[in-house]
Amino acid sequence: MGKLMDWIDERLPVTAKWKLHLSEYYAPKNFNFWYYFGSLAMLVLVNQLLTGIFLTMNYKPDASLAFASVEYIMRDVDFGWLIRYMHSTGASMFFVVVYLHMFRGMMYGSYRKPRELLWLIGMMIFFVLMMLAFTGYILPWGQMSFWGAQVILSMVGAIPVIGEPLKDLIMGDYMLSDAALNRFFAYHVVTLPILLLTLVVVHVLALHEVGSNNPDGIEIKKNKDPKTGIPVDGIPFHPYYSVKDIVGVVGFLIVFFGIIFFAPEMGGYFLEYNNFVPANSLQTPDHIAPVWYFTPYYSMLRAATVNFLGIDAKLWGIILMGGSVAIFCLLPWLDRSPVKSIRYKGSYFKIALTLFVISVFVLGWLGTKTPTPLYTTLAQIFTVIYFAFFLLMPWYSKIDKTKPEPTRVSE
Amino acid sequence: MKKIKNILFVLCLLPLTAFAAGVEVKLDHAPIQTTDKLSLQRGAQTFVNYCLTCHSADYMRYNRLRDLGLSEKQISDNLIFTGQKPGGLMHTAMVKKEAKQWFGVPPPDLSVIARSRGADWLYTYLRQFYRDDSTATGWNNLVFDRAAMPHVFYQLQGEQLLKVEMVDDGHGGKHEAKKLELSKPGTLSKTEFDKQVADLVNYLVYLGEPAAAYRVQLGIVVMLFLFFMLGLAYALKHEYWRDVH
Repeated sequence: MGKLMDWIDERLPVTAKWKLHLSEYYAPKNFNFWYYFGSLAMLVLVNQLLTGIFLTMNYKPDASLAFASVEYIMRDVDFGWLIRYMHSTGASMFFVVVYLHMFRGMMYGSYRKPRELLWLIGMMIFFVLMMLAFTGYILPWGQMSFWGAQVILSMVGAIPVIGEPLKDLIMGDYMLSDAALNRFFAYHVVTLPILLLTLVVVHVLALHEVGSNNPDGIEIKKNKDPKTGIPVDGIPFHPYYSVKDIVGVVGFLIVFFGIIFFAPEMGGYFLEYNNFVPANSLQTPDHIAPVWYFTPYYSMLRAATVNFLGIDAKLWGIILMGGSVAIFCLLPWLDRSPVKSIRYKGSYFKIALTLFVISVFVLGWLGTKTPTPLYTTLAQIFTVIYFAFFLLMPWYSKIDKTKPEPTRVSE
Repeated sequence: MKKIKNILFVLCLLPLTAFAAGVEVKLDHAPIQTTDKLSLQRGAQTFVNYCLTCHSADYMRYNRLRDLGLSEKQISDNLIFTGQKPGGLMHTAMVKKEAKQWFGVPPPDLSVIARSRGADWLYTYLRQFYRDDSTATGWNNLVFDRAAMPHVFYQLQGEQLLKVEMVDDGHGGKHEAKKLELSKPGTLSKTEFDKQVADLVNYLVYLGEPAAAYRVQLGIVVMLFLFFMLGLAYALKHEYWRDVH
């Protein structure tokens, strides 16, 4: 066995890489609950890839067959219903874990120097994930697939100058049709998964270069054992965190399979009721709402109701919607606080973050509702709060009363 | 082309900027029990006798009805009137093109109707037809105004008429309250008819997801296994982490 490993290592540094990324990758020993969601995102990614392969075997990317082929999977394919629910629930759970993963980063300042690029790569992953969710949602070719896509694509078309040709290029037709469905299938099963996998690898490489942040937001690399050169507050990822993550994985699976087996539609939030109606291009549904993970952005899209600065309301809506996602990329440079973690930040940041979380939830809830004048006003107020969290950060993070950071991580 | 696209976009957003135009009717709770196989069998019988004449259930195979405790022979003898083999799909005899001419819209496929409409909606809808001479079929519906579907159960339920009353809304104003009254009794009493519709809706819910019963059964086993695994995983973690301070 030893000889075989030597033979391989001379040709491919397997042992060296194993040490670098697992058995001798030193992670802070004070990771808490919030640090499960990175590895869980990886788990969901694997789930999506595996169940996706089996779905592809029976799904038909054809506007006249797609809806029926999904029902064929649900009824006639052995355990097809399980595979399909694992994929559809996996899509929603992907966003759950990624949102929690991002929130962790915001709480403990994981986006701050030297992890700016790590954060940006993460944002690229998030963007690809959104495209994957969108293209995947089109595939069953139900009413919400069709009309949701119609709304999103008309937004692409509203981008000045390049919008219309770009939209036609994405769809492969002048309207949403069989040709478009085929393209979205190609994006969903080839283009975007390859992009996502590549970005995830780059994300992990970047993480292992700079090292993990921790709930105290201090650098464990600043305090190394002079003899071994190992951070005194670091422990090898394997076996400590690989074993700890198993607990997280099983805990997650309990929630995940709880939904799959007992509430796969999640009250219409994970699988919308209207998507059990086959797509009909001549019948606009009374109420078009995206799946829950897009509803905060959808609310902001609808919150823009007035033309302003010579730009019409529709384009403003799109700018707000795009901006609400893109603005996360600026976080590393907006935060001027001398400390990273919320544990040592002052009350201004804590209040701002709380208001931000509330605004995300309220906007998310409003996005599932049919707008009324009151709801639209609410959406506008909370859109302002959402953006204020970011845009005022250079100011409030600077004047905030912070506590001194410790030199060692807390137990 | 651009104009059409703009109109399309506005059309997409229109329903979002105004209240949905649908009439809000309080739905009755459907008294169904998906574990009641006899109820499901009666529902299947009503389904093939009444619904399948015009509607299809194109994603459902007849022999899947073995889920309901029926043998393939029982299914062939009692439930298949379309000359299909037991392994065949529940197609309707009606031609889509003709159906469209007769009703304006082809009757929708019912395979997953319970998943889009919900049991309560179906239960209320099927019981709230009333006579209305102004419509093409002579029938109208409280839940679905001007539905293209006529009242297929009128011989069973009898004929209902719409009564509109003005009632106090408790805030000093008045609003319209719509009520249905039986004008011509059918062959079934109200309780019997409600029961028959409930059985049918029960069947439609089963039809929407035939694997649902097995899903829940399997789920309980998987949950037990996972909770056992959680204990094991925690013990393993605890053991490894002893030496971390």
